Order: sequence, then C-alpha cells, then structure tokens
Amino acid sequence: MEYEVNIGIEIHAELLTKSKVFCSCPVQFGAPPNTLTCPVCLGLPGALPVLNKKAVEYAILTALALNCKINRNAIFHRKNYFYPDLPKNYQISQYDTPIGIQGYLEIETSNGRKRIRIRRVHLEEDTGKLIHSGGRITGSDMSFVDFNRSGVPLLEIVSEPDISSPEEAKEYLINVRDILIFLGVCDGKMEEGSMRCEANVSIRKKGSDKLGTKTELKNINSFRAVERALQYEIERQVELVSRGKEVIQETRHWDEKNEKTVSMRSKEEAHDYRYFPEPDLVPLEIDDAWIENLRSQIPELPEEKYERYKNLGLTPYEAKLLAHDLELSIFFDRAIKLYNNPRNIANWLLVDVTKELKDRNKAITQTLLTPEIMAELLLLIDEGKISGRIAKDILPELIDKGVSPKKIIEEKNLIQITDTSALLSIIDQVLKENAGVVEEYKRGKEKSFMYLVGQVMKLTKGKANPKLVNELLKKALG
Amino acid sequence: MELADLTAHELLELISKKELSPQEVVKSCIDRLERYESKIKAYLFIRNPEEVINSVKEDAPYSAIPIAIKDNILVKGLPNTCASKILANFIAPYNATVIERLNKRSFNIMGKTNLDEFAMGSSTENSAFGPTRNPWDIERVPGGSSGGSAASVAIGSAIWALGSDTGGSIRQPASFCGVVGLKPTYGTVSRYGLVAFASSLDQIGPITKDVTDCALLYSFINGYDPNDSTSLNIKPYIYSPLKGDIKGIKIGLIRELLGEGVDPLVKRCMEDVVKTFEDLGAVVEEVSLPHISYSVPTYYILAPAEASSNLARFDGVRYGFRASGKTAEEMMSNTRGEGFGPEVKRRIMLGTYVLSAGYYEAFYLKALKFRNLIASDFRKVFERFDVLISPTSPILPFKLGEKVENPLEMYLADICTIPINLAGLPAISIPCGFVDNLPVGLQIIGPVFSEAKLFEVAYGFEQATPFHKKRPQLGGITNGV
Repeated sequence: MEYEVNIGIEIHAELLTKSKVFCSCPVQFGAPPNTLTCPVCLGLPGALPVLNKKAVEYAILTALALNCKINRNAIFHRKNYFYPDLPKNYQISQYDTPIGIQGYLEIETSNGRKRIRIRRVHLEEDTGKLIHSGGRITGSDMSFVDFNRSGVPLLEIVSEPDISSPEEAKEYLINVRDILIFLGVCDGKMEEGSMRCEANVSIRKKGSDKLGTKTELKNINSFRAVERALQYEIERQVELVSRGKEVIQETRHWDEKNEKTVSMRSKEEAHDYRYFPEPDLVPLEIDDAWIENLRSQIPELPEEKYERYKNLGLTPYEAKLLAHDLELSIFFDRAIKLYNNPRNIANWLLVDVTKELKDRNKAITQTLLTPEIMAELLLLIDEGKISGRIAKDILPELIDKGVSPKKIIEEKNLIQITDTSALLSIIDQVLKENAGVVEEYKRGKEKSFMYLVGQVMKLTKGKANPKLVNELLKKALG
Repeated sequence: MELADLTAHELLELISKKELSPQEVVKSCIDRLERYESKIKAYLFIRNPEEVINSVKEDAPYSAIPIAIKDNILVKGLPNTCASKILANFIAPYNATVIERLNKRSFNIMGKTNLDEFAMGSSTENSAFGPTRNPWDIERVPGGSSGGSAASVAIGSAIWALGSDTGGSIRQPASFCGVVGLKPTYGTVSRYGLVAFASSLDQIGPITKDVTDCALLYSFINGYDPNDSTSLNIKPYIYSPLKGDIKGIKIGLIRELLGEGVDPLVKRCMEDVVKTFEDLGAVVEEVSLPHISYSVPTYYILAPAEASSNLARFDGVRYGFRASGKTAEEMMSNTRGEGFGPEVKRRIMLGTYVLSAGYYEAFYLKALKFRNLIASDFRKVFERFDVLISPTSPILPFKLGEKVENPLEMYLADICTIPINLAGLPAISIPCGFVDNLPVGLQIIGPVFSEAKLFEVAYGFEQATPFHKKRPQLGGITNGV
C-alpha cells in the first residue's frame, strides 16, 4: 500500500518591533525577569490595550510578501483559556478576520517547483514564560512566571496541508524564515524561540480525496527537528494504518532526546476558546493607500534575488546560497557595482570568505571586510599584481583589520614579480642548484618540472607570477 | 443646612468670596462621616481625616470639595477591592485616567465607595463587605451598583462622587438616593483604570447634588485618552454656566417604559414631570421604540459574555486573594471558587455559556443584532425629538433582602437604564418627586455627544422644581437602627 502525506505548518514569529503589541514596554531579550512590564502586559485590573501600528505594518508586509489578500477590516478577538503564563487568561488574537488570507509560497522540491497555499497570517500577543524549579514541570514544587515576553507581538502564519514530505516542510520553513529576515520583521532564530513551529500531519492512501486523521506536533525547535519529527510521525502513522489500526486525533510532543513523538492530550479534552470580538479595541481599518505604501517598501526577496543572480551567470547552486543569505547578498550586490565579475565575487564569498566567517562564527557585517576591499583585492589579482595564493593569505587580515589590500602588499612587499629579467636570474640559479632534477626532467619525468616551479616560488616567497614562471622555465629547459 | 448639604458650585463660590475657609467643608463632610457612616456604610475605605484636611490647598479650590470614588476606579496607593474578596488586599499600583485628570485640579479624595461586587447588581447588596443603606430610609437599598457613591453624596460625607454605569449603575442609585447621576456617551470618558465589567458598556460618570455640579465634574473627566482605544478623539465638553431655557424643545416620552411593571406612584410622578415640561414651553409627545423591550435579555447575554472574559484575570497568580491548591490549575480554581460571590459566579457562568461553541450564534450573535436594532430605534426617534424621557427606575427603592432571592426580578428592574448603555447614549437622572419620602428619578436621554443639551434640559426642570433642594432626614437614622 502506498501512502500520501499531508503536512500543514503553523509558524509563530516574534516581531522585531521596538515596543510590545499593546503597550509601550520594550521588546528585548535577556533582561532580568519581570523588568519589562506594565499594567497592560501584566493584565492588571483596569488596564487597556492600545495597538502598536508598527506591529500591524510588519504583519501587512509579511502577508503581502506571502502573496496574501489583506482584510480591509481586520478585527481582534479574545481567545479565552486559563494558564498561569497568560496574564489576562485570554489572549488577544485574531479569529475570522485575520490581517492576511489566501496567500501562497513557492518552494523547490525534488519534483520541481511547488506552490504551498497559506491560509492566514494574523497578529497576536505572546504569553509570559513559566520557569519551574528543578527545570521541569513534573515533580517541580514551585513555578515562577516571567512576563517580559508577555505582549511581544507574534505573527502566526498558517499553511494549508499542501506539504508532502519532511524535506518539503523544511524547505517551506526555510523560505518563510528567509522572507521574515529579508523583510526585517523577525530574526528567525528557531533555537532561541523567536520563530516557533507546529506541524499537523496526516496520511492517506494514494489517490484518496479525503484527508486522513491528523496529529499535531509541538516542541519542534530547530530545522533539523522539523524533518526528524515529521519523519518519525509519518512512519508511526503508516505503521498504525498498515496494521489496520486508526490514527487518533491528538497533540503529540517531539521528544528531542529520544527522537520520538509522545502523546500530550487527545482532542476530547480540547479547549473551547470562546472567541469573541475584543471590545477594548476598535476594528483595524486598512486602506489601499496604506497597503500600497507598504508594498512599495518590500525589499527584493530571496526568490527574486535567485533569478537575478542566475541571470548574472551564477550557477543555480551559487545563486541560491547567496540569495538566501541576506547579509552576503547585500555585500555581493554592492561589490558587483565596484567589480564587474559576479562569478568571481560569488566564488570568493561562498568559498574563502565563508570559510573565514565560519572559523570566526561571525556574519560578514560583524567583520571589517567591505565590498570596496573585496573589489580592490580581486582587481589586484586580475592586474597580475598579486597571485591568488597571496590574496588568500592576506584575506584573514582584511577581514579582521579592514585595511586596504594595496597597502598590505606594499608594506609586506608582496607585489608579484613580473619582471622577466629578475625571474630569469632566479630560474638560472634554481637550474644550477638542481642539476640532478633537470636531468630527470629531460629524461621524461614530468613531475620534476613542478618541483622546479616550486623552487622558484620558494625563492621568490610566492611572489613570482606563476604563469610567467611556467613559460620562462619551459623555455630555459629548452 | 450645614456646609455638607451644599453643592460644590455653591461652596466654591463661598470660598472664592472668602466667606468660608476651605478646610471647613472637609470638616463638615468628616463630621457627617463620623455621625452616619456606621449606619450607611457608603465606604469601603476612608482616608485618614487629618490627611484629607491637610490635602486642602489654598490655591486649589477643588481640594476643598471632598469627592468619593467608587471602589472599582483605581487610585494609586489606595485599596481597590471592587467589593470582592478576590481583591480584598489589592492596592492600586497606578491611577485611572479620570483620577489623573482630577489630580491636575488637586481634587481631594475622601475614600473609596461600596458597590455590588465588580459592579454587578442594582442594590449594593452584592458587596462582599456588606450592603450600603439608603440615607432616605436605612431599611432600603441605595440602588446599585454605585450605591456607595450615591449614598455618600446624599448624606454629605462627600460633596460629589464618581461612579460607573454599565446598565444603570450610576443613574439608578442616583434616583434611589435623590441625587443627580450622568451616564456619559460611550467613549467620552476614559475607561483606563476602571476595573472592567462589560467593556463595551462601561462608562465612568459623576454623581452630584444638582445638575450644575454634574456638568462641572463631567467637564473635568471627559475627553480623549490615548490609553483607551475606545475613547473618542472629539472636541470635549467644556463647562459654561447653564441657562435652562427649554422653550420649544421636543421631548419624547417612551411608551414602553411606562407600561407593565412600573409602579403606579412612579407613573404619577411622570405625569407631573410632563406637566412641568409643558409649563416650561417644551412639547412632550409619546413615542415608541419597538425593540426596547428586548433590552434586558440582550444585555444579560452581552454583559455577562464580556464579564466572563474580563474577570478571568482574577486567578491568584499575580495579585489579590490566593487560595491553596496542589497544582496551579487547582489553585486558580479554588481562588475563583472562594474569591467570587454568588452573583459574580452566576454571571460568569452565563457569559461562559453564551460564548461556548454551539451557542455563540444562537445567543451572542443574536444579542449583537438586537443591540443594533435597539440603537437604530433610538437614532430614528432622535430625528424627531431633542431628548427622550422615562423614569430612571420603574420601582421605588426597595427593602434590603427583598429581591435577593429573585435575581430575575432585580434584572427586570433595570429596563429603563439598560437600553441607553446598549445604544451608547448619554442619559442623566435627576430627582423628580418623592413618594412617601422616597426619591423618584427622571431619566433624560439624548443622542450621542448631547451632554450639553442634557444639562440644559435637566437644569431647566431642576430650576422649576424643589426636589434637588431636599435632603434626607438624617436625624431619623439613629432611631432606625
């Protein structure tokens, strides 16, 4: 029996606004507990919410980037449930009139491009954070609540169950994350919880037009976990169904340590959230002028960058790597204006610079390397002033000190020797000192030629123009 | 007449003419407190009398006129119990916007007044700390939920007061206590710092001895507040001396509010009211608002629905009373079980029910539709009339305990005031007669933002009648209990 998989993904993204969504407390991480609070985000009696316009703009921007229609009259609803981290015991969220609806996102799959439909994009407030003594809720005899996170704007992005494999799910998540990062609305750090994800999974017999019973997966805290949790859950469901058993509709927790999903609660105990329109807020009216103004602020997104880079002559692989890295791509775009060989820049950025950045665990913007320095360096190679070898050798210094490559090579006397007479005298010396090797070469041992080149390079401390050395050496050896 | 019997504007005039030292008013009110508070129980918290006297400043006339604040309006540093066990130990950590505004004029707060728990009730009997009694007859209720505020003004332990009105909670106690109470247009007075009962209906308003004081106090508290998203950014009402010329204005007498269930003695008062208005040159006609009879059921779906959510925050986690429990859930559940009184629980259950899956459309959404129909009835009628009138309460102040066992009967007695909240309109209650020495209130209703006109009409009536001059026979109190 062959099965088909349907996965829908719900993403919660914390927005990078300066203040919270319904009060003026700062949005900031790592502050001492309960220092970023006020009557509103503590749910004190009498406090009232006031909507943060910037949060709405971020939500609209994201909805537009995800090809959504914008609800001109978006209403906030109260989602009622009791939990100690929820100060009002209701969450201000959106119900039947979210900010964005009916969007989509295209992803690359092993079978080509695929469109994943997006059901809704809505704005809500985050909860506080529970801290249990002993670290775990079970067996803990005391819990504490930190309300610093309470009221941080959260964007919820819900896909239709159009995703058919764990790989697609990961690809979808990465694409959404990159869009959020490019828009500047969320830092997309899953491991730190600023982007969180839940997935619902079901399987059905191939060709069936009815969706199977779904389970909801929670506690997926990394891109790696998304793939593994989904893989596990699909296998579990296939195993159940192929033994003639039924999948129960329930919420399952991804146990990262034991690499399996565990039942949390069944739907019978499901909450009735008793949604109703939030009477403390007025309906959010979004007019065309506002939407168009925001649309014009959307920067070039990874998808468009990818196409443009391919047109610049980059391989699809190079184009994709660059297009999905906001900082590298900005660097790249500035560098190609100064130095007109995009492939060469891409190659340097993706290989040598990337390696240096990894060693330092830094983003390119956290170093002193600038597009100007990069362009200067590559020009020096093209002009034959330095070899690629020298360029690679001085790269760490450029990254850490941000100095001009020209200055470095002058100071260190690294300018390539292209003076034929100077090289000829060195070659002469090498041939004399290595008469035996010369003999071997003449008897047909090709490797000996490379040895002689190496000797010339050694004597010139790598500054000799390798091409020229080759030519001159061949001539000299007759 | 003692100073505590005068109105704020009379006292202010005496002070400005230097015929009176500012401290004397405060002392007179404190004297009233000492003599009668133990019988009336208008307050849940009274500031130290010396502190109140010391708060009087020579250059700040309003500091000489003590004000009482309903105990669901936050005053920084003072207790705020909402007459509930669940907030018994709660000290307000910030000021409501209305308090900030009063502070700018150095208003002098006498104390926090009793109410039905979380403003849910019409008799102040639902207070966890015991009922307030009506200064006109201490066997009877002062009305509610702002019963403490109305009683304090009637007895003179404060010159004026603030209350809150969700379905009549300012106007009905004003009526029962023979004073003036205004429920302003929804959105004209900030709700920030008012402990929410039903957010879409709640408004803070003044309770005073006469219309002039009411207009004055309203002018201080109204106006846009960026901290309240439902507050309206319009030109605020600014006080100017009232003239009371009502010649030629058209007044509609609401037929549905004079039918079944209205005490015949109240009806007779209304006949006199009509005659007075006609004598003053106004034109009075009967008018029908067909959907108004659905007001009570509509209100008792919408208000509890909002309340069930608004009161969810009282869970023992962050502030207020906390019961014990083995788990967080058990603690929260016990806290609410022990902390809330029966009427509050009844309304939370009602509200939870009408919002539940499967009932939302049948109850909540249907009630919203009726709310719109009721509002549209008013809009239509205001095309033909300047103001509408009705009794404030269909019944006279009743005896303590008389209706406790029958909440439905108590709910139905709010028929005259509830429609006004549903439609978001302003309405004022003023004394319009006495039956067996018990006050009767007249309700005057206007279109949105017509407070200035309401004050004129009310002032015209007030100046032509003696009722606002009458004070409760305080001497009788000591014999009563």
